[in-house]
Amino acid sequence: MAKNVQMKDVDIYYGKFHAVQGVNLSVPPHAVTAFIGPSGCGKSTVLRTINRMHEVIPGARVEGRVELDGEDIYRPGVDPVEVRRAVGMVFQRPNPFPTMSIRDNVVAGLKLQRVRNKAQLNEVTERSLRGANLWNEVKDRLGKPGGSLSGGQQQRLCIARAIAVQPDVLLMDEPCSALDPISTLAIEDLIGKLKQDYTIVIVTHNMQQAARVSDRTGFFNLPAADKPGRLVELDDTEKIFSNPAEKATEDYISGRFG
Amino acid sequence: MTLVGAASTGSSALIRARLSSWSLAAIAAGAVAVTAVLFAATPMQGRVAFVLVAAVLYVVAQTTVSALVEGRRRAKDRLVTSIVVACSCAAVLPLVAVLGFTIAKGTAVLSGSFLTHTMRGVAEQDANGGIYQAIIGTLEQVGLATLMAVPFGLLVAIYLVEYSSGRLGRFVSFFVDVMTGLPSIVAGLFIFALWILALGQSFSGFAGSMALTVLMLPTVVRSAEEMLKIVPDGLREGSYALGIQKWVTVVRIVLPSALAGIVTGVMLAIARVTGETAPLLVTVFGNPALNFNPFSGAQASLPLFVFSEAGLPNETAVNRAWAAALVLILIVLALNVVARVLARLASVRS
Repeated sequence: MAKNVQMKDVDIYYGKFHAVQGVNLSVPPHAVTAFIGPSGCGKSTVLRTINRMHEVIPGARVEGRVELDGEDIYRPGVDPVEVRRAVGMVFQRPNPFPTMSIRDNVVAGLKLQRVRNKAQLNEVTERSLRGANLWNEVKDRLGKPGGSLSGGQQQRLCIARAIAVQPDVLLMDEPCSALDPISTLAIEDLIGKLKQDYTIVIVTHNMQQAARVSDRTGFFNLPAADKPGRLVELDDTEKIFSNPAEKATEDYISGRFG
Repeated sequence: MTLVGAASTGSSALIRARLSSWSLAAIAAGAVAVTAVLFAATPMQGRVAFVLVAAVLYVVAQTTVSALVEGRRRAKDRLVTSIVVACSCAAVLPLVAVLGFTIAKGTAVLSGSFLTHTMRGVAEQDANGGIYQAIIGTLEQVGLATLMAVPFGLLVAIYLVEYSSGRLGRFVSFFVDVMTGLPSIVAGLFIFALWILALGQSFSGFAGSMALTVLMLPTVVRSAEEMLKIVPDGLREGSYALGIQKWVTVVRIVLPSALAGIVTGVMLAIARVTGETAPLLVTVFGNPALNFNPFSGAQASLPLFVFSEAGLPNETAVNRAWAAALVLILIVLALNVVARVLARLASVRS
């Protein structure tokens, strides 16, 4: 559990469009790494290459190496389905499966991988919902549809669903941007707790959020309008927000642009 | 400016004169009265004409009065609202008329024995006889067509939405569009030429159901395609992110989410082909006696029965056609109700 992620000279393309250039980074286990930067700079794209999710878009491809504990996940023969079992993801909009109950949503990953053992499924349901700080709110209505929860609860349901398959790494793509401040706080508390067990990478537009939840912060930027996005710097969150090495980072953080 | 205007009229600029409902009622009564006078004084006559003239008079009078009292903007609004309401009524009218006519004419002959007897040995002027053979024929032919067209069409739709990217997809999509406009007699002639002439098979319910399949396929593909398209990509991504394979995602996540719409589309396709007559003429042929086996020999069907009985120069035969038409409508109606219940049970829970 909790593997590290390394990117070496990663370039990402959508067809002919060069989206991200020359990313080298290292994400440590048992820590929260935040990606910040202006819209369109490629931080979500970089995040989605860590579980090969960007491949859902036709024409997307990656050059360079993305390693999970030293193992290149883009090596020929690697099955993206297996990669995604090791690297879970939570999306911007809560997306519980609308035809399923709360319980079925949590164990969807196991059930659709043909786990049939009732006792095991019940145990995973409780463990995952407790892990996502949602158990006490929903334990009496596990049979109700997942869509009946509030937005913040739905997002925690999606986190429970993601940790139910016990991934090594958890990716979060702006997980709070569709939520109110109270739900956001609940998710941030949860992120702090989850890092004991997982490697967490989170993309956020909210710099205060990055400062609050992350141990390390990476700043992405577009050098110019038609140039590919780049990772400007990645360092301890404290250093990025107090004494960044690059001027662009300081300009962004102090609100001079973006 | 506004302040001056408001002060000079002694009221707020936000309040305008409006026609009250009693003045509208008065205009309506006036329109009816004027029409009555017109019909008494001139050679105009007829109930339908009376209603039409009164309605036109009402709309003209109401718009004129409104323009004088309420201003041009409101007058235009009233005019357009009247036209929209009138068109909606006109659209429903034929449907209600067809249903009313069929019920009035059809219930005369409809009885238990009409539903459970065949036309075997019954002459056109005989009052007895029934449509048992035609009901069985229609249910078997439409049932077989559904069994063939729905899985086939669903798989095509899944290919188009989930897997195709490029030329083959566009090619298939184009031909599905073309097939939507295919005249139904052409589908019948195609099966006639292929199955009966070229392959030397006999007329049969199955031949008819193949023709119906050709007609159902594009409707099923199109409606299923539209429904699959509106399933949010977020659900697919959520599923992939759990390490679930693509085909499992399609079968267990995407299809259930779209099920209600797909069922509705399938039911519309069934309802459409249940009333088809032309393709069955050359494939099923029609049969006054009962033939349970759809795979061999000519069969009856409800639309064919209506077609042949209605063409006979005899009142009892025409009455049988009306009753059969009513049964046909009831079958389609029942299918629709069943579909709606199924769709509600299967629909997205919230």
